[in-house]
Amino acid sequence: MNNKFVWTKKDLLGLEYLSAAEIKFILYTAGSFKEVTTRQIKKVPALRGKTVVNLFYEPSTRTRASFELAAKRLSADVLNIAVESSSVKKGETLIDTGRNIEALKIDIIVVRHNCSGAPNILARSVSSSVVNAGDGWHEHPTQALLDMFTLQEKLGKIEGLRVSIIGDIAHSRVARSNIWGLTKLGAKVTVCAPGILIPEGIEKMGVKATTDLNEALEGADAINVLRMQFERDTAVAFPSKLEYLKNYGITTERLEKCKKNIVIMHPGPINRGVEMSSEVADGKNSVILEQVTNGIAVRMAVLYLVSAAKEIRR
Amino acid sequence: MTPARYLIKNGRVIDPANKIDGLFDILISDGKIEKVGVSLDEKCDKMIDAKDKIIIPGLVDMHTHLREPGREDKETVASGTRAAVRGGYTMIACMPNTEPAVDNPKTVKLLKDIIKKDALCGVAIVGAITLSRAGKKLADFTGMKKAGAIAVSDDGSSVEDKDLMLEAMRGAKSGGMLVIDHCEDTKLSAFGMVNKSLISTKMGLKGITRASEYEMVRREIGLAEKCGGHIHIAHVSCGESVDIIRKAKKRGVKVTAETAPHYFALTEECCATYDTNTKMNPPLRSKEDVEAIKKGLSDGTIDAIATDHAPHTDSEKDVEFDLAPFGIIGLETALGLALAELVDKKTLSWSALVEKMSINPAKILGLAGTGLKKGAPADITVIDPNREYVYKKDSIESRSKNSPFIDWSLKGRVTDVFVGGDLVMESESIKART
Repeated sequence: MNNKFVWTKKDLLGLEYLSAAEIKFILYTAGSFKEVTTRQIKKVPALRGKTVVNLFYEPSTRTRASFELAAKRLSADVLNIAVESSSVKKGETLIDTGRNIEALKIDIIVVRHNCSGAPNILARSVSSSVVNAGDGWHEHPTQALLDMFTLQEKLGKIEGLRVSIIGDIAHSRVARSNIWGLTKLGAKVTVCAPGILIPEGIEKMGVKATTDLNEALEGADAINVLRMQFERDTAVAFPSKLEYLKNYGITTERLEKCKKNIVIMHPGPINRGVEMSSEVADGKNSVILEQVTNGIAVRMAVLYLVSAAKEIRR
Repeated sequence: MTPARYLIKNGRVIDPANKIDGLFDILISDGKIEKVGVSLDEKCDKMIDAKDKIIIPGLVDMHTHLREPGREDKETVASGTRAAVRGGYTMIACMPNTEPAVDNPKTVKLLKDIIKKDALCGVAIVGAITLSRAGKKLADFTGMKKAGAIAVSDDGSSVEDKDLMLEAMRGAKSGGMLVIDHCEDTKLSAFGMVNKSLISTKMGLKGITRASEYEMVRREIGLAEKCGGHIHIAHVSCGESVDIIRKAKKRGVKVTAETAPHYFALTEECCATYDTNTKMNPPLRSKEDVEAIKKGLSDGTIDAIATDHAPHTDSEKDVEFDLAPFGIIGLETALGLALAELVDKKTLSWSALVEKMSINPAKILGLAGTGLKKGAPADITVIDPNREYVYKKDSIESRSKNSPFIDWSLKGRVTDVFVGGDLVMESESIKART
């Protein structure tokens, strides 16, 4: 990696908006921060005196905790704001909230929102950096970055890998960010789901779509298994749970036909016995906990880079 | 006060209703056109030099939301008709989805009084098909007609109940009223935000299928065919609808149709930045749909270009894409966009454009518009076809500024407008109402 690369973007809104070189640079930077997280003293002064605000419109435990730790390990101050999504309609608008937070003289807003595109709108309205921590069905860029970081760590590269994403593609921001990131870095991506969960025109994003799990598993170097949310909103058509388990659940039996060293990822939290069996989740191919660890390094890299971009602009 | 005598000289007069396209002068007197001829030298109070300009019958918009009564924060009859005049319109038809809805003779009368007091151009009133536009009970068509409404529409939604819609068409037919039909099967479009295609997938938003529009177009045409009534399809956005209308016209169904400038000037790609001024209903569609709309305009399937001028305040639009209301303003940009996208690109001739934006809408609405001939009301628009300008937010006449065309460079500016012989805009300057 060319370490003379200069990061210039104030925001991280999605991997759609990044070049392959920019994605590689984040992964490269995350590598050096990973080293920090293995030290006895896990803290560097990179963002000392800076303030990171976690603005969460959707409940989240792991992503919020991961961003909080990442900021703290960079010596930033952290403010957590949870907004009841039920009060969005009657309360302050997103833009007003963003401007009010900015008036507190903060540096980075990490935003999680149930509406797709909310971070894009926020980023246009404030001069602080905006980092997307997941918006609607749109993108979850740091999740995809940590997935790619983990893949690269396990298999040495991304280019040429065959990666299958299995589950509710239609309503998954993790799927979209992974598709953008992986295809930009030269992986061959297959998405696999029951027909009603494969969104219109997805092939035009450069992936293969199939409803046949065997096809998705055969020859795959890695699979990313998405969480199935059968409990989610009623506006969305879902297959029956039983049908899904039978045709799409990842079990030890199914793994037998896969590559021996296939890497199994899951963005969490897992529904054990729904999208994958406990044996698979805890098995030797699973890297689920490493993903969680890597999440901190990747988020440290993102916070560090967007903050540095703002310094350069000044 | 007797209206002044005006003489418009040296302009190119384009009026397909009277098969005119050439250099003529027009004499206006007593609110009417007194004479159209070569090198007129009549005495007048004021002469307008229209050298290098184009003179057309005033534009007619079949589809405007004036928001009055009830949402005067978005638009009023006064501000909306100022916007109309700026855009070259001398007559607009306003939709009944106000608060309360225009669904009874009393409200029609109330609105008529506001128009009389405040309007800068002609305003025709469209009443609701059903009470409160709720799709349950038919409104009083004949009563509304007597009070001054000229058409009915539940614009904003379809009448879901098919039997009720058939009754409405029968009622409208016997009452001599036009039915303007917003075609949308909300069972198919519910929670949708943008066209269902790669764009909805990329943006992570629920898509609105083309079928939600064209299946309803098909149903409504079937009903019109059954009862022999005239149906006018509002804001056609997709290729399938154009095909269905084309075939129906061939079979002799009394169907007319309009599209809006954004459906030929923009594609779904524009939504990608989550700019809420690209959120409209029906949604912006694909490049192929834009081509089909243009073809429909050029072969006569689509009779009219209407604005679907839908004002919303900044505070309503400056929110998350999901939460923003559908619609954009359009009165001040329609002509410029049509010239750039249709005339310059040879889809329509100037004369055909005047048909789509003035003659045909007037005809469909059953208005007097007979073009620029002796004795006709002097509703006239003068355009400088070479004048280039940038559409700036602070220049917008409409009370709302929700336009995706802000900062676009456009060519062809309306300079003068006569409404019933009154010079309401002169050299791009709008006169206050007297």
